[in-house]
Amino acid sequence: MTILSVFDIGLVVLLLGIGASTIAAREAFAAVIGFVVYGLLLSIAWVRLSAVDVALTEAAIGGGMTGMLMLGAVARLRVAKGSDTRASLPARVAAGVLSAIVAAGLAIAILSPPEAIPTLAPMVMENLAQSGLGNPVAGVLFVYRALDTLLEKVVLILALLGVWSLAPDNVWGGIPGLRVYARPDSTLTFLAQLLPPVGIVVAIYMCWVGAKEPGGAFQGGTVLAAMWLLVMIAGLTSVPSISQTWLRVLVVVGPVIFLAIGLAGMVLANAFLAYPSGYAKPLIVAVEVALTLSIGVALGLLAAGPPERVQQQ
Amino acid sequence: MTAATLFGLCGAALVGFGLYGLVTNPEPLRKILAFNLLGSGVFLVFGVVSRRAAASGLGGDPVPQAMVITAIVVAFAATAMAIALVLRLLQETGRSTLSADNPGGTDTDRGNS
Repeated sequence: MTILSVFDIGLVVLLLGIGASTIAAREAFAAVIGFVVYGLLLSIAWVRLSAVDVALTEAAIGGGMTGMLMLGAVARLRVAKGSDTRASLPARVAAGVLSAIVAAGLAIAILSPPEAIPTLAPMVMENLAQSGLGNPVAGVLFVYRALDTLLEKVVLILALLGVWSLAPDNVWGGIPGLRVYARPDSTLTFLAQLLPPVGIVVAIYMCWVGAKEPGGAFQGGTVLAAMWLLVMIAGLTSVPSISQTWLRVLVVVGPVIFLAIGLAGMVLANAFLAYPSGYAKPLIVAVEVALTLSIGVALGLLAAGPPERVQQQ
Repeated sequence: MTAATLFGLCGAALVGFGLYGLVTNPEPLRKILAFNLLGSGVFLVFGVVSRRAAASGLGGDPVPQAMVITAIVVAFAATAMAIALVLRLLQETGRSTLSADNPGGTDTDRGNS
């Protein structure tokens, strides 16, 4: 048994243990903390599966952003009245049996792989050089399956619209109800002053390097969002009201540029979302930069939640 | 057993855990969390499919990897929406439960709080 397989077994044991604890924990707070740890461990598993792009996304979103959203929700739900009754024992046994059957079905599928494993990797690598990109995952995201990527950004905007539309009528267009913890002498304030310059450079680097190495618009945008949220929560900058024009422009600029280049492709390259030959890389980098900004703002606003206060003039 | 198979079985078990939590846990927030656990298990199984299809000098098939990245983003968007709904429910009713006949509280304390 090699040291790596010992590492893998340990990782799987930790993942299963912490995963189970997020379900079994009595306190929602403990469950959410478990989930954040689980997200970070899961990203190590993704590295072990040679999927570094996915690992970065999982660490940023699965552990970080989702965890932050859930922590905020737990803090607010403390005031909730009334407790739910747990499911009865027969119901839990039935659910356990059902879950075990589903898991066993998946396990059987995992343990009996097909004779010839289908793969698209050779096709991806064959044509990747034409796009000028070095990262095959970025190639899939922005060249072969660009429509998926475009629609994914539209989903983000739709989710943001959905969250905003939950605001009561009288505060529409107001300021999101992000909890601000403004204490001038706190560690949070210190970190909010120290980290953003580093974080912004990391975000730009991730966006830029995404064309060649693991990274990309989404991971970079998440780091940007985290930095923005940090300075907002520390009270160093105010939470903007959602009716600000610049805010709305930033949210849509990425998808709009992506769509415009896609439509231009219909004229210049004979297909929607196709890039004219020789210009693929500069166009993709332009799209990535715009998307990084839009994703950063959209994620920050999603985490900030629906408007709760009217803007004071 | 290869590392990929090990992580695949881990993913299968996580799907089971997530499904169990989703069905049995009555709190909406815990259901959302369980749903995320279920989703991450599915993604992990997908990652194993990608790892096994490694070819052309790559560590895995990039197509499933790109799909998982998209999936993680969409799952986050759905989670953000779901959490906003739970918080709005709390704002409207002062409670965060899905049961119609609330055994813990009384119906008289409905209303804006």
